[in-house]
Amino acid sequence: MIEVKNLTKYYGDHLAVDNISFTVEDGEILGFLGPNGAGKSTTMNMLTGYISSSSGQALINGVDILEDPIKAKASIGYLPELPPLYQNMTVMGYLNFVYDLKKCKLPRKSHLKEICNLCKITDVSHRIIRHLSKGYRQRVGMAQALVGNPPILILDEPTVGLDPKQIIEIRNLVKKLGKRHTLILSSHILSEIQAVCDRVIIINKGKMAANDTLENLTKSISSINRMIVRLDGKREEVLTAIRRIPGVTSVRADMERENGIYDYEIVMEQDADIRIMLNEMCHEHGWSIYKMASDEMTLEDIFMRITMGEGMPDEAASKKKPVIRLVTPEEQRAQAEAQAEAEAAAGESEEKSDEGGNE
Amino acid sequence: MGAIFRREMGAFFTSPVAYVYLTVYYVFAGVCFYLFTLSYGIADMSSFFSMLFWANFLLIPVLTMRSFSEEKMQKTDQGLLTAPVSLGGIVLGKYFAALMMYTIGVAIIFVYALILSFFGTVAWGIVAANFIALLLLGAAFIAVGVFISSLTESQFIAYIISLLLLLVMCVMQELAGLIEGASVPELFQPVVNLLATGMNAISFYNKFYDFTCGLFDLSSVLFYVSTAAVFNFLTVRVLETRRWR
Repeated sequence: MIEVKNLTKYYGDHLAVDNISFTVEDGEILGFLGPNGAGKSTTMNMLTGYISSSSGQALINGVDILEDPIKAKASIGYLPELPPLYQNMTVMGYLNFVYDLKKCKLPRKSHLKEICNLCKITDVSHRIIRHLSKGYRQRVGMAQALVGNPPILILDEPTVGLDPKQIIEIRNLVKKLGKRHTLILSSHILSEIQAVCDRVIIINKGKMAANDTLENLTKSISSINRMIVRLDGKREEVLTAIRRIPGVTSVRADMERENGIYDYEIVMEQDADIRIMLNEMCHEHGWSIYKMASDEMTLEDIFMRITMGEGMPDEAASKKKPVIRLVTPEEQRAQAEAQAEAEAAAGESEEKSDEGGNE
Repeated sequence: MGAIFRREMGAFFTSPVAYVYLTVYYVFAGVCFYLFTLSYGIADMSSFFSMLFWANFLLIPVLTMRSFSEEKMQKTDQGLLTAPVSLGGIVLGKYFAALMMYTIGVAIIFVYALILSFFGTVAWGIVAANFIALLLLGAAFIAVGVFISSLTESQFIAYIISLLLLLVMCVMQELAGLIEGASVPELFQPVVNLLATGMNAISFYNKFYDFTCGLFDLSSVLFYVSTAAVFNFLTVRVLETRRWR
């Protein structure tokens, strides 16, 4: 179990991690999501005792990482962003070194063999690390973290720089490991987190922006009801007509796809189904539907909105609600300021755009 | 500590460092042995030993320059610092590995003494005392080198700075002589004298010279050992403060 209480890190004057608190229960897979430079690695480095926090506390199975580092570190396997591999050693030589370094008590040969099989590095185990490809190095890094079978695994962007096939392999490995270990996984790739994690923490600019289970996230995502319709007909007329349909909260014209044919993004009330009415409307006006698709909000949308909120104000306004739901009351306080800003930005944009906001 | 020591030893021999170091050391020792002992046709090795003193400031940085710099550069220190080992264990593991390499180099003097023993009587006591003196000297210098290496990411800078620092430490007694000989106003004379005495007191060469003559002084031993201890301690502190930045 990992408990993080008000963890803060300053690099000189630069605030890298701002007052982060969370807990990871035994056997849980926690996803750490954020853009590059958000403070993911810094947080992980603090959890593993590589750097110390400016204030706050990190407890690993109840042991403070700064008070009893050796005991705390013994229960963590860490794969840093850049695997700490000695280029001149063979894979097996390196793993043996790590085995000694961690003062591992398990039977050496069978344990290392098991790890090699798990990470699929058995056939390169006698090669020099310098000569290995990036994918293999990443897997050796993973193997290194697994030596000693630590109850907690912390993996910092384990799939970065790998090709799609390797990403899938590592992802499967992580899934497998999640069954036996408490796991924290960081990534800036959303599908990865979505694929393996029970719970997600979104971190942006050093602050925690969301902390919820995937289930709850998906719930709040699906409560937003959006669809994309491609229609011909005059843009202004179509917009007015759609807005008249009951259940529609807002509509916005997107790009012109073909000559005189636009995509319209419609946000509806929950449980509203306007497809039949849309068809009737088109029939009345003599328009044709070229495409109709429901547009579910994905984790990606939430992520984009949280991390670059000001960049896309219209969206921000329309998707404001679910995100507030993601954040628990305690975190909400911390986020109050950021939200106020976002709201201000959204308000401005509503005035500018002729379609206006919604909700 | 054991794991780090073994890895360091392995790293010395899987990289050119060990071979370059030992080759240069053996060549230097061989040339000195020929010039200062064999060519005179005497079995007295004391001038040979005092020459070996001067190899250290050039060669010890070769052994120590990579110890922490390389780890920092390659980010492998992250593996060490997040492993369940103490900082002291990490520092000492690296320190003793370098000291081991140094000892392998110094041990050549026994070979030379053995060669001499075929042609004359060798004072084995003096040879042993010199071996210990060289070890103690190395113990102190290596601690300095490892410390410098912990301060920088660049092996080259670590080498140059260690070399300069060790050189200053080696010529301390010469510097003291220069200061003493300098003409200064009457008023500053006591200060200058005090400075010169102090510099002579921390001279590595003076203490080493006593050993080469066969004088075994416990205070000198203590001096070398405590220098080693102080610099190893400083290295631990450097690693520790780096985390707080």
